[in-house]
Amino acid sequence: MITVDNRIDRLFADRTKKRFIPYLTAGDPSLEVTARLIPALVEAGADLLELGVPYSDPLADGPTIQRASQRSLAAGTTIVDVLHLVGRMRERGIAIPLVLFSYYNPVLQYGLDRFFADLAACGADGIVIPDLPVEENREAMRAAKQHGMHLISLVAPTSEARIAMIGEQAGGFLYCVSSLGVTGVRESLPDDLGQFLQKVKASTQTPIAVGFGISTPEQVSLVAEHADGVVVGSAIVQEVERNLPLLTDPDKVEEGIEQIKRFVQRLYGALQ
Amino acid sequence: MTSTTFTRATVPDRHGRFGPFGGKFVPETLMNALEELEKAFAEAQQDPAFLAELSSLLDKYAGRPTPLYYAARMTEALGGARIYLKREDLNHTGAHKLNNALGQGLLARRMGKKAIIAETGAGQHGVASATVAAKLGLSCKVFMGEEDIKRQELNVFRMKLLGAEVIPVTSGTRTLKDATNEAIRYWVSHVDDTFYVIGSVVGPHPYPYMVREFQKVIGEETRSQILRQIGRLPDEVVACVGGGSNAIGMFYPFLHDEVKLRGVEAAGHGLDTGKHAATLTLGRPGVIHGSLTYLLQDEFGQVQEAHSISAGLDYPGVGPEHAYLKESKRVTYTSVTDEEALAAVQFLCRTEGIIPALESAHAVAEVMKLAPRRPKDVVIVICLSGRGDKDVAAIQAALGKAAQGGLDA
Repeated sequence: MITVDNRIDRLFADRTKKRFIPYLTAGDPSLEVTARLIPALVEAGADLLELGVPYSDPLADGPTIQRASQRSLAAGTTIVDVLHLVGRMRERGIAIPLVLFSYYNPVLQYGLDRFFADLAACGADGIVIPDLPVEENREAMRAAKQHGMHLISLVAPTSEARIAMIGEQAGGFLYCVSSLGVTGVRESLPDDLGQFLQKVKASTQTPIAVGFGISTPEQVSLVAEHADGVVVGSAIVQEVERNLPLLTDPDKVEEGIEQIKRFVQRLYGALQ
Repeated sequence: MTSTTFTRATVPDRHGRFGPFGGKFVPETLMNALEELEKAFAEAQQDPAFLAELSSLLDKYAGRPTPLYYAARMTEALGGARIYLKREDLNHTGAHKLNNALGQGLLARRMGKKAIIAETGAGQHGVASATVAAKLGLSCKVFMGEEDIKRQELNVFRMKLLGAEVIPVTSGTRTLKDATNEAIRYWVSHVDDTFYVIGSVVGPHPYPYMVREFQKVIGEETRSQILRQIGRLPDEVVACVGGGSNAIGMFYPFLHDEVKLRGVEAAGHGLDTGKHAATLTLGRPGVIHGSLTYLLQDEFGQVQEAHSISAGLDYPGVGPEHAYLKESKRVTYTSVTDEEALAAVQFLCRTEGIIPALESAHAVAEVMKLAPRRPKDVVIVICLSGRGDKDVAAIQAALGKAAQGGLDA
């Protein structure tokens, strides 16, 4: 296999550091705002950014990201726009790894080979496809590898005997779903989360990042004890939603972005 | 994918594929549960006690076999082929849905699950699930789009009367598609103690296969009834297709016979209006609700809104086995409009004294076009999948509107 220089691998090469991974739905509320939020999140400490492709039927997402998806679709965002957005970020000098988060159908309709070629060409590093389990990902995995992209695998607390099989083919990082359920802010994380993450770590050399339901600085620092990276999605999207009046007002958009940046800084601070 | 051919090979294969269609496109959290379900279903199918209990319930509780009835006045009125109706409308709870709900309910109990959830469009599967939950002592939550709750008021009340909790779904199109999304989301959160009773031949493997196995009783009965009544197989069998469970149940036992099979989709306001649910006619392969199948979608793979006057057909996807039967050309798929379905309701009421469900009326409407063009020795069987009591208010509203000038007004 050809070893490709992928930003995700470089980021996780030093396993002593904990990595902060924020998520944004691209195009929520507009591509322009997302293009301004990304550099702000990088300044706030993002080590890797997950960029959601809006979808009509996001069945792994809770209400917060569903609403973000709808706002983005209402603004006319397409998967092509999201690839262009990544390209624009690279032109502006954003150097952290960028990973898309998309349901399978938009990728499938784009055409697997063409999609991964364009994903690489725009300067992205990989993709998370939440409805594409190992059993169904052979063609996508082949196309991803061919273009030096990571198809990020997920494991869940229910994966049990499947953990080893998933860990074996995981590249970039392994995305651990913290608890049963869809994305969204949770009051608490399961008591046995540590045990689950230990089990995952024992079965793979691939770095692990934990997501779903992590929303407070306390949860971030708790999870970081057991993982290489922490993903925060819905909590940030909720902050975007809260600041919509600012973000959609040309005179106040800067203020809105500043609010979100400060929120993300507090989450990032919990890792230090 | 145009080279898909119909073979005698067993479908689905062990990956849950019907030719290229089917599969398991779900979040990792559900994969283990699907594997457990697959195993439990395979064991149940080999267990004489399970099969005997299901068969006894179908017989003594559901009232099977349902009659195969020669529709003499309908035949006479159309002046062509002889028409038989498979009376699934006489099944307990008023539709074929109970066949599957009983099977999955028994399986849930066998797996030690105390709670079942279901999605519903027209409410027939919701009522069937609520019925089975009551009968087996399980708790039951039914996810139903707000839009459908409005047009199927009677069924909503029936579910509540039967002790189920009806959860209104306000996301997306507020119809069957989003009710299914919401049921899947709930299942992801409660997969350790909850059994998801899917109501059609859709969803991830093993559901399309399992639901077919529970519904094929329709076609098996029809096959032996027609042989007994006229001494030969029918020439054509017609059924409506939303997700497609009554059609698969009806078609499956005839797949290897010299019998023409015809599935009828909902053309809504018309195929050229963009307001229809004719997935196999106008969709393209894509992934919805865990399965690769035909899908109404835009060029970027966003799922498009379906439309049909019939809540049970108002769905932008279709069972993967239908996608396979279409591509392999074993089954012909056509469509009829809201207006034609409404006319078929009135026609069947007046010729046979049977009020069909709006879903089933699509199959009747197709045969109203077909029968006059066929010679009198041709025999057509219609799967009359459900009764129309639930639709009476909607039919009344639509006919009222029609009287004021055009159904689509």
